[in-house]
Amino acid sequence: MFRRLFGGDDRKTEQPEEQPPIEDTATNAEHAPTAEQPRPQARLFASVDALDVEAQRIAEAEAAAARRREQSGLRRLFGGQERTEQEIQREVAKTTAAVQKTRSTGMFGRISDMFKVDQLITPELWEELEELMIAGDVGVDTTLTVIERIQTEVERNNIYKASDARALLKRELVQLLQVDQPQFSEQTTKPYVMLVIGVNGAGKTTLIAKLANRYKQEMGKDVLLGAADTFRAAAVEQLQTWAERIQVPVIAQGQGADPGAVAFDALQATNARNADVLIIDTAGRLQAKYNLMKELEKIKNIVSKRVPEAPHEVLLVIDATTGQNGISQAKAFMEAANVTHLALTKLDSSAKGGVAFAMVQEIKRPIKYIGTGEKLDDVAVFDPEAFVDALFED
Amino acid sequence: MFESLSDRLQNTFSRLGARGRLGEADVDEALKEVRRALLEADVNFKVVKDFVGRVREQAIGENITKSLSPAQMVVKIVNDELIHLLGDEAVPLASAQPSPTIILLVGLNGAGKTTMAGKLGLFLRKKHRNPLLVACDVYRPAAIKQLETLGKQIQVPVHSEGTQVSPVTIARNGIAEARKNGHGVVILDTAGRLQIDEALMQELEEIRAATNPHETLLVVDAMIGQESVRVAEEFNRRVPLSGFVMTKIDGDARGGAALSIRQVTGVPIKFLGTSEKVDGLQPFDPPRLASRILGMGDVLTLIERAEENIDKEEAAKMQKKMQKGKFDFEDFLSAMKQMRRLGPLQQILGMLPGMSQLKLDEHINEDDLKHIEAIIQSMTLEERRNPDIIKQSRKERIARGSGSELEDVNELLKQFREMQRMMKGMMGMMPGAGSGRPAPTNNKGGSGKKGKSKKKKARAPQLPGARPGMPGFGPQAGLGPNSSPSDIESMLRNMRKDQ
Repeated sequence: MFRRLFGGDDRKTEQPEEQPPIEDTATNAEHAPTAEQPRPQARLFASVDALDVEAQRIAEAEAAAARRREQSGLRRLFGGQERTEQEIQREVAKTTAAVQKTRSTGMFGRISDMFKVDQLITPELWEELEELMIAGDVGVDTTLTVIERIQTEVERNNIYKASDARALLKRELVQLLQVDQPQFSEQTTKPYVMLVIGVNGAGKTTLIAKLANRYKQEMGKDVLLGAADTFRAAAVEQLQTWAERIQVPVIAQGQGADPGAVAFDALQATNARNADVLIIDTAGRLQAKYNLMKELEKIKNIVSKRVPEAPHEVLLVIDATTGQNGISQAKAFMEAANVTHLALTKLDSSAKGGVAFAMVQEIKRPIKYIGTGEKLDDVAVFDPEAFVDALFED
Repeated sequence: MFESLSDRLQNTFSRLGARGRLGEADVDEALKEVRRALLEADVNFKVVKDFVGRVREQAIGENITKSLSPAQMVVKIVNDELIHLLGDEAVPLASAQPSPTIILLVGLNGAGKTTMAGKLGLFLRKKHRNPLLVACDVYRPAAIKQLETLGKQIQVPVHSEGTQVSPVTIARNGIAEARKNGHGVVILDTAGRLQIDEALMQELEEIRAATNPHETLLVVDAMIGQESVRVAEEFNRRVPLSGFVMTKIDGDARGGAALSIRQVTGVPIKFLGTSEKVDGLQPFDPPRLASRILGMGDVLTLIERAEENIDKEEAAKMQKKMQKGKFDFEDFLSAMKQMRRLGPLQQILGMLPGMSQLKLDEHINEDDLKHIEAIIQSMTLEERRNPDIIKQSRKERIARGSGSELEDVNELLKQFREMQRMMKGMMGMMPGAGSGRPAPTNNKGGSGKKGKSKKKKARAPQLPGARPGMPGFGPQAGLGPNSSPSDIESMLRNMRKDQ
């Protein structure tokens, strides 16, 4: 009988399902989406010719290197700002280094090896591939989907060598990570307001410090932090300690304060000081907690009311060691706060962050940053091609 | 989101057709589903392989009895084996003589060590073991402050020496202080570290060598994926573990890592961290964790979630009304709202053992519920409080107002009366009024009288309840008069099996 009392999911009734986050971006000339820079046509892994894979691979590698030199994914993400050759290379090196750790021990290293051996495609190969992907937290569903797709392609194109399937796998994996997300320009949007959210212990505060540092040091922005994690013991102090190190002001009210009020204050201060970027830290919350997710909605609404179109970026932070629960996190945070981007932290660990494939697919939002260590500059802009490319580099 | 293992097995076996004995083919087909369920719960794939192998041996040749369907039998074997592997009973925390007992907490960044230190501190203080917390995390900004704040909250002293002293020295001094002041237990909170960080792992070895802990507990996040095995193996190799604790179990992660870690290290699970509050600590409970890993319903989690999210006063009021059989449409609306706080309908239902097999999707769908809500909201306050006054012309008005057919309104009223009758004989569903953080009330009842004006082809809105009541809240929970014997039978079987 009690079942009669169960209500439906009222979140659904309150929130329209499909609500593109920053729709007006496209129509607002001022906030021209930076993601619209044309992609270089030398698409990696675009076509696979069974007889010419090796030659193509070399050409690809060269094209990729050239592309990196002249463009790299960074410009797309940092508002078309010109970056020096050095900066770009450092960036790529960082991604590569972080990923290399994954490679040497992890699944991609082995997948790479597996396909390198000049063997024929056998049922065992698929099985092994499946196992490796699952071991990398890619998840059963995604793994099976990817493998099925490659199998179809392999059949259609009469591919019989394992090494040829490799390029297909790469392409497939890159595609899984590529979703278009219009975004506000960090250069021209002022103030650029970011809301950083995630479960407990994902690494939000540390990432915020890194990003603040980056905005300040590398982009010359005037950054302000909002300490809206008023719940966890000493969370405010944690942010303040970082802020002192990087010399940016923090707006805080201390533990127990209303996070919405802190966000409001921080927005006031941002306007008063004419700051360029405001990053709001929020308390970690498990997505199953109704009240806490509602609180997040409330914080977001306060921000939107104060600054039209804000928050310009809602960054969901995910620990790379997370398993399949990542998917549930993505869904729930999407529903509560309309996530615009993901950030993958602790990628310097031995974990592969494979659940990111499923998460990106689930909410159709791209990964923007990766955290690669505990130091302030251990952050890199995520680029699907560079990422998967590095995973497969010889 | 999760299809429970029982559901899947049910489907598998109905596809295979019932036979007198579980043959190899049946079992292998079923084990595919078992494998998948475990992988989705983040059990490490190697551990899954071993596990499935064990279950296979036990399952093949099992006679299908009358009391259990093949699916139920496989679930039972899987569940029993899982509980067995997780550890049949809890291993208590070490107690050293002479005191102090030294507990070293280790783990990855963000696993929840500091929070766990606070929880253990409170737990031990309540046991009169006079604990001392020692802040050895000199790396993460404000980690020491966090422990000090927690210490104040739980009234347990904290030994700290700032960030300029080596953690090894702090740990040693902390223990010396504990000896001097007669503390029974010392809890060493260390910095989070990656198991591949050579320098920090070495530091951990030094801390261990300097302190000789009686308990070295690995703190693991319930959300961790396949990597759990490597993490646990490496920590265990560097600083031999005596047990581990799993945190953030109050989320919806299935926590399969518990099985992986238990398997590769052999050390027992000692505690589960539930909630962010300092008293959110539970001794390890194998059956609960097992059914959670299998996605087979976790009534305890549901109850906890209810306790956290439901407005206690409102619930108590409602309970009283129910017991008196004075349950009106106002209360019904309010109850619907309260229930929604627990999460998406399907997820809630999934937590109730046995519910999955009732094929609820066919009976409950969220649109129907909205429809019901619309009908109720088209009633006047008086009508809601006293449904008996609703006669023909009122019914017609309500039907028009809610965009439904007259028969829908009739059906709802009929079922509601039936429900009222059953109320009297039923146990309280919600945890009795107690203390806890009060949830905001938003039960104003009659907001919005418009209802849905959208004209859609009306399907009689079935009150999702022509079937048994609250299975899982104890076998004595009310069974509706409409329950068919087979439902009740299978439900009871499930409860035996799941609990």
